[in-house]
Amino acid sequence: MKETRPIAALQEELIDEFSLFEDWMDKYEHLIELGKGLPLIQPELKTDDKLIKGCQSKVWLHSEMDGDTVVFTADSDAIITKGIIAVLIRVFSHQTPESIVNADTSFIDEIGLKEHLSPTRANGLVSMIKQMKLYAVAYQAQLK
Amino acid sequence: MALNVQEIRNDFPILHREVNGHPLVYLDNAATSQKPQQVIDTLVHYYSHYNANIHRGVHTLSQEATDAYEIARKKIQAHFNIRHTHEVIFTSGTTHGINLVANGFSSFLKEGDEIIVSALEHHSNIVPWQMLCERTGATLKVIPLNENGTLIFSEYEQLLSSATKLVFVNHISNALGTINPIAKIIEKAHEVGAAVLIDGAQSCSHVKPDLQALDCDFYVTSAHKMCGPTGVGMLYGKLEWLNKLPPYQGGGEMIKEVTFEKTTYADLPHKFEAGTPNIAGGIGFGAALEYLNNIGFEAIAQYESELLAYATEELLKIEGLKIYGTGPDKTSVISFNIEGIHPYDIGTIVDKLGIAVRTGHHCAQPIMDFYQIPGTVRASFAFYNTMEEVDRLVSAVKKAKMMLS
Repeated sequence: MKETRPIAALQEELIDEFSLFEDWMDKYEHLIELGKGLPLIQPELKTDDKLIKGCQSKVWLHSEMDGDTVVFTADSDAIITKGIIAVLIRVFSHQTPESIVNADTSFIDEIGLKEHLSPTRANGLVSMIKQMKLYAVAYQAQLK
Repeated sequence: MALNVQEIRNDFPILHREVNGHPLVYLDNAATSQKPQQVIDTLVHYYSHYNANIHRGVHTLSQEATDAYEIARKKIQAHFNIRHTHEVIFTSGTTHGINLVANGFSSFLKEGDEIIVSALEHHSNIVPWQMLCERTGATLKVIPLNENGTLIFSEYEQLLSSATKLVFVNHISNALGTINPIAKIIEKAHEVGAAVLIDGAQSCSHVKPDLQALDCDFYVTSAHKMCGPTGVGMLYGKLEWLNKLPPYQGGGEMIKEVTFEKTTYADLPHKFEAGTPNIAGGIGFGAALEYLNNIGFEAIAQYESELLAYATEELLKIEGLKIYGTGPDKTSVISFNIEGIHPYDIGTIVDKLGIAVRTGHHCAQPIMDFYQIPGTVRASFAFYNTMEEVDRLVSAVKKAKMMLS
């Protein structure tokens, strides 16, 4: 089982990382780089039931339990979306269902991706977070 | 006469704002147009001077509001060259108009009847007909596309038969900008006795249709695409059709007499205008038509075709950029992709540079399926856009390409 740090610490790390970039272009370029390192979903799992609704680009999200933590993999056909989901996976993957369910997500705002948080925004960041939390809720129920 | 774009831009307060630290470049005109001060003032004046319910009050305000609303109807009639004022039905917009007709036709159709739509349709012009077919047992037939985004006319002729009861085609495609040969489409449909509804949502800001000359049975459009307010539009129907169609919604305004045994419906156009209408919107619609006619549709069309030609030429210089919808007749809409890059990514980056374009399937998924793409970036130009704004778009797309590839 992969050793991981608490969600709050990972969020702090991302906030620090993104604060290095003053200009939005550098920030997006970093996001795109993160997208390239996204833990990819197995091709055979890229089925329609793994698609997250509410995204203008396609986002497939898969989860499984590894010991007592949840492991997420994903993919998207848009690179900025891949970056966003990579950020979320860095924070939420290899965490216990309980900590995912209870996690605060205001760090998105602090790393300067606030505009993606609006529920009307078609990229579905809100839907991605919701889907990750729903998986966590389901695993939590299984564990009880 | 050539139009003075700088002077025109002064009429549109929103064009002077900044977005993400850059002066706004608004290229999402196919979704909705911006509003000139003249239209905004008309709305403010209505609400601050003579707001009242119409058609029933005896008091002065109600009379004034009724007069203004009915003058707007006459402006619409004149603009579209409609024979009778009562053939102009105020709606909440194009979608409402389509649904009103689709609902009305459900009592005329039976199993074996056919409805023809084009593969270029907006979802709002597909879904109501699918619902109508489900209700009546009629079949939906689709006119297929050429690779350049134009309709295959010979296929349309093949689809027509005595079973065809209705043909529904948009005047101009919102996703690609293709101008459809509606005069020929209408003529052919009438030869087999089918009625034709034209969706003019996308066309009315670019051209001025003469509905008597076109001879269509129905024409629908929305004010907000042509510098008018949102939430108001018009349905034109030939008198004989409007008399035949049953009312769509029950309520106030649309009745003549109500007893518990029977209600008789009001005369046209009120039969289709149940409830208190969008009074300010209707009056604003009239003001928008006046504004556009003052500029002149010939000047608008001429200038927009220059914008389109320049933007097409400049965008095509970007390596890997492909334009969808390259037919000979099109309006100032450019739907494109860059090889290997998702349209959503391009849209996100150019927005950061203050440029508003639309990305996605533009409510026309069948078109995207035809090209086997998830969507496009769509830049749609209006007469208040400038050549400099085209340059800004092109440089933003180049920057996006650099960042994303």
